[in-house]
Amino acid sequence: MGEKIATRHAYGEALAEVGAENHDIVVLDADVSTCTMSCMFGEKFPDRFFNVGIAEANMVGIAAGLATCGFSPFVNTFAMFMAGRTFDQIRNSIAYPGLNVKIVGTHAGLTVGEDGATHQCLEDMALMRSIPGMTVICPADGNETREAVRAIVRHNGPTYLRLGRMATETVTAIPGYKFEIGKSVEMRKGSDVTIIATGIMVAMALKAAAELEKEGISARVLNFHTIKPIDREAVIRAAKETGAIVTAEEHNILGGLGGAVSEVVTECLPVPVVKVGTRDTFGRSGNADDLLEIYGLTPETIAQSTRAAMKAKKV
Amino acid sequence: MDSKKAAELRKRAWEIRYTGLKMVKNARSGHIGGAFSLSEIMSVLYFDKMNVRTDDPQWEDRDRLVLSKGHATVALYPTLALRGFFPLEWLDTFRKADGQLSGHAEMRHVPGVDMSTGSLGQGLSAAVGMALAGKCRDKDHFTYAIVGDGEIQEGQIWEALMFAAARRLDNLIVILDNNKVQLDGTVREVLDTGDLKAKFQAFGFHTLEIDGHSVEEIAAAIDEARAYKGKPHAIIANTIKGKGVSFMEGRCQWHGKTPNDEQFALAFKELEEKCEV
Repeated sequence: MGEKIATRHAYGEALAEVGAENHDIVVLDADVSTCTMSCMFGEKFPDRFFNVGIAEANMVGIAAGLATCGFSPFVNTFAMFMAGRTFDQIRNSIAYPGLNVKIVGTHAGLTVGEDGATHQCLEDMALMRSIPGMTVICPADGNETREAVRAIVRHNGPTYLRLGRMATETVTAIPGYKFEIGKSVEMRKGSDVTIIATGIMVAMALKAAAELEKEGISARVLNFHTIKPIDREAVIRAAKETGAIVTAEEHNILGGLGGAVSEVVTECLPVPVVKVGTRDTFGRSGNADDLLEIYGLTPETIAQSTRAAMKAKKV
Repeated sequence: MDSKKAAELRKRAWEIRYTGLKMVKNARSGHIGGAFSLSEIMSVLYFDKMNVRTDDPQWEDRDRLVLSKGHATVALYPTLALRGFFPLEWLDTFRKADGQLSGHAEMRHVPGVDMSTGSLGQGLSAAVGMALAGKCRDKDHFTYAIVGDGEIQEGQIWEALMFAAARRLDNLIVILDNNKVQLDGTVREVLDTGDLKAKFQAFGFHTLEIDGHSVEEIAAAIDEARAYKGKPHAIIANTIKGKGVSFMEGRCQWHGKTPNDEQFALAFKELEEKCEV
């Protein structure tokens, strides 16, 4: 495992980098730029950085207007207020006209920690995924975040980028790693079962797979950094070749990665899909690691779920 | 403005209403009230003040208009068609599944529409973004936003106003269609919005108040706004919802209701008389 860096920090760095190359990039934030790290862009390019104040809906609308004039706006705030508060603005002012706005929700999931349930967005992927034409990306670590930022700049269309607060260990700095929107990354080969993970759960899935290996279970680990468009081919291959799937996400098990994978599986090749994530509940205040433990977002839960998925497999 | 130009713009306004009513009759659906309150405003904007190119609707340096009250397509689409952005026959496809003129303003399929709107409160922010883009790129185009007096009950409107004033977007002209009636009743009954002029002024806007059915006053207010630097502009246009059809005027029932055949006949008759004036 390599450096430990929060995806939002890697994002801030990458944004400042791409800003130097691409002068159409403008960045908007709603008074949390020192948390989303969009401030790193703002410091370098004050003329292309707009703090709109605590007014997320207006931020999204302004970005839409800028996009109609040829700019490539990035809007930033916490995932809760980005995907939650401005869902209507994102749907109607950005996605419906198909405008090229990058929507960045940081501090997603339980690992917001002490700030508690009001700030722990566990529904953003479900919300964003349901909007036609929206691309949804949730990187596993800092390295993948940097790649994702470059990829979404090249991609013309509305995109939601989900980032976390906590420093996360680097798992994607591996030989042959390549980031392509909509294409998952095989992190570990395996033939008995497949663990499909996104975001911080990728590192945990790798730990679970290492543990399962000791029991003689060969678990494939796929990193689904793109939730939409979902990598259907990889899901179908996993179903066909391993016969059982576990999904792992720092998100409600309804409507996110687990939902997306299940949709493909039930349509194409039904096999058991066991979901690891929060189970239709709100979070609460607490230390991030404690919360992951309490809500069952751990390598142990993934390993348990994997055993259960194997049992449910058709013989 | 000379009297000949004024007469022409007045005639256009009646033509916009008449064409809009035909569109609604054909579609058997559409919002008449808040479109008829806007006709003179649309006439002055598109037939006098706005710098646009019908042969190049996406022209970078054009003036832009965001119809934040996106349901008023019954004013916008006839105006664009009469101005020459697309053939008048397209209006027959309004609100039809096989057509390209959707119920609310839509930019992807309708030449001349600068922003898709419909969810109230959102368009003004997009207009602010366009004005900001103009400033960023040192362009001298203007962005017009038409906002409903019911619509300003949406909080996002005030977020947008605050930002526009803080950034001194003097290339933004907000026109408030103050027709005093919303879907459920009068604005005063539903949620009284109080002293609008004082509110806009308090939010840092260069604010004017006019008769929104006087083409001379509309034109003069736009000229005054464009000449005034350092602040964004608000033109409170006092209008009558359903203007031009006596049984619709000032009545919330005609926000989105479709007339029956008898009512259509009466409405056409009234408008025909006025078109000839």
